[in-house]
Amino acid sequence: MKTRTIQVSYLARVEGEGGLYVKVRNDRVVDVKLKIFEPPRFFEAFLRGRNFAEVPDITARICGICPIAYQMSAVHAIENAFGIRVNGQLRALRRLMYCGEWIESHTLHVYLLHAPDFLGYQDAIAMAKDHASIVQRGLQLKKVGNELVTLLGGREIHPINVRVGGFYKVPSRQELEGLAERLKRARDAALETVRWAATMPFPDFEQDYLFVALRHPHEYPLNEGRIVSNRGLDIGVGEYEDNFLEEHVEHSNALHSVLKNQGPYFVGPMARYNLNFDQLSPVAQAAARDAGLTSVCRNPFQSIIIRSIEILYACDEALRIIAQYEPPEGAAIPAPVKPAAGCACTEAPRGILYHRYRISDRGAVLDAKIVPPTSQNQRVIEQDLSQFVSRFLTLPEPELEWRCEQAVRNYDPCISCATHFLKLQLDRR
Amino acid sequence: MQPSKLIVIGIGNQYRSDDAAGLLVVRRLREQPTGSYEVHERAGEGTALMELWKGAQRVVVIDAVESGAVPGRIHRFQANLEPLPAPIFRDSTHAFGLVEAVELSRALHQLPSNLLIYGIEGESFEAGGEPSRAVLTAINDLVKELRQAIDQFPGEQSVRF
Repeated sequence: MKTRTIQVSYLARVEGEGGLYVKVRNDRVVDVKLKIFEPPRFFEAFLRGRNFAEVPDITARICGICPIAYQMSAVHAIENAFGIRVNGQLRALRRLMYCGEWIESHTLHVYLLHAPDFLGYQDAIAMAKDHASIVQRGLQLKKVGNELVTLLGGREIHPINVRVGGFYKVPSRQELEGLAERLKRARDAALETVRWAATMPFPDFEQDYLFVALRHPHEYPLNEGRIVSNRGLDIGVGEYEDNFLEEHVEHSNALHSVLKNQGPYFVGPMARYNLNFDQLSPVAQAAARDAGLTSVCRNPFQSIIIRSIEILYACDEALRIIAQYEPPEGAAIPAPVKPAAGCACTEAPRGILYHRYRISDRGAVLDAKIVPPTSQNQRVIEQDLSQFVSRFLTLPEPELEWRCEQAVRNYDPCISCATHFLKLQLDRR
Repeated sequence: MQPSKLIVIGIGNQYRSDDAAGLLVVRRLREQPTGSYEVHERAGEGTALMELWKGAQRVVVIDAVESGAVPGRIHRFQANLEPLPAPIFRDSTHAFGLVEAVELSRALHQLPSNLLIYGIEGESFEAGGEPSRAVLTAINDLVKELRQAIDQFPGEQSVRF
């Protein structure tokens, strides 16, 4: 039997370390494994016994790239347990803060992690030598996201201003208006980003995915909505664990999620876009159409365009919220402690992030469950690799390896969230 | 021309044993401020570091490293003169960390004219653990060294090594 081995011991430009193993026998892909080595779920154990008020600040430290997502899922889950609901301007401020994180996270990925794949550079540093002004545009755009998160989060990393019931401190109108001008320039830069991303060369790789995202009747989903799919799923967040299963697989320390009776599913910008195109703002919809997209996109390599459209949407939405902002009377509503369980799902930059907590009568966390988006995408990543390698086996070895890494990067996997480190290793024989 | 303020940046994750070394050094410096300098804590995300040191002339960064040397050993790198040995910096395995931030700044001609990076050799990076004894000793030594260096030249609002 003819066997081939491709070894890529380290996958660059993904957040964290992990491994990818692809086994090819007689020019046929027989096995693909995404490996995660780090003991997962440390934080779930770490939260037990802690006071509920500490949860947003602790979970914010799970990921340096998407702390807001963790805070948002945490506070909404605990508020769900306590039977309270944050509305009005406090709700809008949370949405605004999340927009900042989408801008930061997506811009980092589009400009510094994913674009070099398409333009043929080893990394963003090599790309910057030839495309300094483009990289500068990305850095400027990301900076506006940072500023938004810093203003609302209280500091640049591991924001500390979010609490159950609202915030510790809310911004003044002047503080937000001070950001509006920069956000307008960022929106222009985001539009240029969409146009630029659309010029990349994309392999012909459309797949029939099962997309899962939140959907809200009146807005593109961030903090709230029902969990829906393109194949008829439409459930409240409270039914998440009845419909999704987490499976342990031997080769990975991160649990693999599947939709019961339907299998692997795809979360993140592509899923949100396909399930919520009608909720994008007019400027974002127009940019998508100008970029040659319809309301359906099934080529994961084009996720770079979709992320750019979401950056544009986030800038646009942030400006809308700022224009309508009136400081609320209080920074938070009361959070009456009671023994209860609650859950929430929000749209992290990489897809739905589910949290569930059980709280004691004294406000201590009895148990916690956190399902990050990257662990939900693991199976789909493996399927993509299997399909992709099968179709492009004739490519020269280095190019095939490169393309495999690019195919993984389509998902912007944040292995720090799924566990902490993930080393990607591609083995082909 | 006003001399630029010295910027001291500690990088790390306080929940990962010796990975917290950089944070602990800058927290100690903040307890007893001497001279004129800014202290920052960062998780290690590269573009945030670039933003912080953009336009600065003198910057000190402290991070944990993993090179196989004796735990607690303090490595020193003059990053404005030479590339960092990427594999030993734990951030280098992240998407875009300290090493990438240094090199992208260099490519864009935005590197501080004096960028000194300290790497404290870690022993354990386990989630949920405390810093090791060797690293705590190194933190003490480095805090003393930095204070002395800063105190020596208070009027210049900068530091020499």
